[in-house]
Amino acid sequence: MPVLSVRDLVVEFPNRRGVARAVDGVSFEIDPGEVLGLVGESGAGKSLTGAAIVGLLPPPGRIAGGAILLDGERIDALPPHRMRAIRGRRIGMIFQDPLTALNPLFTVGQQLIETMRAHLPLSHRQARERAIAWLAEVGIAAPSMRVDAYPNAFSGGMRQRVAIALALCAEPRLVIADEPTTALDVSIQAQIVALLRRLARERGTAILLITHDMGVIAETADRVAVMYAGRIVEIGSTRAVIDSPSHPYADGLMASIPSLDRPVDRLRQIDGAMPRLDAIPAGCAFHPRCPSAFDRCRVERPELRDVGPTRSACWLGQGHG
Amino acid sequence: MPVLLVVGFIAFALSDFVGDPVLLYLGQDQTQEQREALIRQLGRDRPIFVRYADYVWGVLHGDFGISYAAREPVGQLLMQYLPATLELAGIASALAVAVGVPMGVYTAIHRNTLLSRVFMIGSLIGVSLPTFMLGMLLILVFSVWLGWLPSFGRETVLSPVLPAVTLAMFQMTMIMRLVRAEMLEILRAEYIRFARARGLSDRAIHFSHALKNTLVPVMTIIALQFGGIVAFSLVTETVFEWPGLGRLLVKSVASADGPVMSAYLLLTALLFVTINLVVDLLYFAIDPRLRLPRGGA
Ligand SMILES: Nc1ncnc2c1ncn2[C@@H]1O[C@H](COP(=O)(O)OP(=O)(O)OP(=O)(O)O)[C@@H](O)[C@H]1O
Ligand SMILES: [Mg+2]
Repeated sequence: MPVLSVRDLVVEFPNRRGVARAVDGVSFEIDPGEVLGLVGESGAGKSLTGAAIVGLLPPPGRIAGGAILLDGERIDALPPHRMRAIRGRRIGMIFQDPLTALNPLFTVGQQLIETMRAHLPLSHRQARERAIAWLAEVGIAAPSMRVDAYPNAFSGGMRQRVAIALALCAEPRLVIADEPTTALDVSIQAQIVALLRRLARERGTAILLITHDMGVIAETADRVAVMYAGRIVEIGSTRAVIDSPSHPYADGLMASIPSLDRPVDRLRQIDGAMPRLDAIPAGCAFHPRCPSAFDRCRVERPELRDVGPTRSACWLGQGHG
Repeated sequence: MPVLLVVGFIAFALSDFVGDPVLLYLGQDQTQEQREALIRQLGRDRPIFVRYADYVWGVLHGDFGISYAAREPVGQLLMQYLPATLELAGIASALAVAVGVPMGVYTAIHRNTLLSRVFMIGSLIGVSLPTFMLGMLLILVFSVWLGWLPSFGRETVLSPVLPAVTLAMFQMTMIMRLVRAEMLEILRAEYIRFARARGLSDRAIHFSHALKNTLVPVMTIIALQFGGIVAFSLVTETVFEWPGLGRLLVKSVASADGPVMSAYLLLTALLFVTINLVVDLLYFAIDPRLRLPRGGA
C-alpha cells in the first residue's frame, strides 16, 4: 500500500470574481522509502499541493475536491485537532529557508524536545537524549554542546540539518520537503539532499521532494512528476522522464539540465511564461507556448495516459499529431 | 551619565532663572545691604558653572538643596512624596500590562470575533480620551453616582483604584494595540508555519513561540511607558488630589521653588536612564541574537 495517495486534488482560492483554481485534479502515489520529485516553474502549484496534504493551506485557500489518503486513511477532511496530531508525527515538513524556519528565541534542543514531546510519550530527559542523538544523526559536531545553542549560532546549511532533524524526530511516514536546498549555497546543496535521502532510506520514510532544480531531482528522486498550471503533465520514473520526456513542456524542462553529454541548449528553452490563474487557456494550458501545438490542443484538454515508459497529458502521438 | 549631567544643568539653570530665592526669603521690602549679604551667604555671586558644580557635588552626596517654599531639605520632600507616586505608577503599570497584553494577544488570535471588535473600538476611545476627562468621568460614575470608590486622597485601600485606572487606561490601550500589531506580524513568520507543520498545539504556538517573540519589541515600550507614568502622573494626581511627586511639582512651580523643580527633573531623567539600562539588560537576557554566537558552524 502506498504511504501517500493523492486523488484528483483540487485547491481553490475564493476571490471577488469567483474562484481561482491553483491545483486542478492532481493525482499521484508515493510508496514507502520512495522519493517522488515534484517539479515545475514558479507558480505551478507545487507548494500548494504540499500544503494541502499537511492541511496548512494559506487562507482562504481550500481543498475543493479529490481525496488525500495517508496509509489508506483519508486525511483531507479531518477536524483540526486530528490533523495536528498527524502533522509532525506522521507527516514531517521541511521548508525552503532555514534561516527563518527556526524560532530565534529557543535553543535547537528546546525545539526538538517540544516537537518530540508533542507526539511521543517521552520524559524531558529522554527527549533531550534523543535530541542530542538526532543532532549527531544529521551531522552536527559536538551535539551534546550544540543542543543548547540558539539557531543564530548555526550556519544556513547547519540550520537546514536541524530542520531535517525537526521534521524527522517524531519518525513520520512521509516527509514533504519544499525546496529544501534552494536557499542554500551550491556547495552544500548536495550534502543536504544526500542526508535527506539516506535518512529516508534507512527508515523507509517516503519523500515528496518539491523543487525546480532538475539537478537535485536527477540525483535524488525515484520518480518525478512535472506540474504545469496546476496540473501534472507528465509523471514517470526519473530516468524515463529525463531521458525520454514525452510532453513538450517536460522536454523543455529537461533540456535545461546541464550534463556532460548534453550541454545546456539555450535555444531549446521554453519561450513565454506560465499563464496566471485567472487566464488559463482552454484546451491544453501549455498550447500557447508549445512548439508542436495543433487544433485539438486549443479546444480539448488532454488527460494523463500511458505513453510507453511514462504517463503524459498530451495529444501528440494520439492520432492527429 | 553625560545625559544626566546635561539634563541636570538645564534643570538647574532653568530653576535658577525662574526663582529668585532672595526675593522669596526677604519679601518685597528688602534693603540693599540685606540683599547683598544674603546673596553672598547663598553663594549666588559666583558664576553659574561654579554653582552647578557645587550643586552636582551636593547631589552626589544626597543633598538637593533647601526648598525655598517649605524651608526643608529637598531630599526629604522627595522622600515624602515619592512613595505615593511609585505606588500609583506601580499599580497602574501592573494593571496596564496585566490587561493590555492578554487583550492584545486575544485580538490578534481571534481577529474577527465580536469581542475583538469591542476591544478595538474601546481602545480607540481609551487612546483618544484626555486623562483628566476620563478621571472626571470615573469620579462621576463611581464616586458621585454609585458611591463605591473614594474620589480623592490616599487614605483607604480603595483610594488608588480610580487614579490607577485613569493613569493605566492610555498605557493599557497602547500596549494592547502594540501587542496585537506585533503578534499579527509574528504569526505570519516562517517559524510559526514550521511550528504548525511540526504539529505543536495552538497554545504552544501562540503563547510560547509567538508571544515570546512579540514581547521583545513590546518590552521596551512598556518599560519606557513606566517612566512616562511616573513622570507625567501630574494630571491624574491633580484630579484625584493624590499626594505624589506630580503634586509636589505643581506646587513648586506655583511658588517658583527652584531646588524642588530641578530635583524633580533630575529624578525623572535618572528614572529614564535607569529604565533604558534595564531594558538593554533584559534584551540581552531574552534575545540570543544580541549575544555573541558561541562557536561558528
Ligand atoms: N494565498 C494565496 N492566495 C491566492 N493565490 C495563491 C495563494 N498562494 C498561492 N497562490 C497561487 O497559486 C499558484 C500556485 O502557487 P504555489 O505556491 O503552489 O506555486 P509553486 O509551484 O510552489 O511555485 P514556486 O516555485 O514559486 O514556489 C500561484 O499561481 C499563486 O498565484
Ligand atoms: Mg513553492
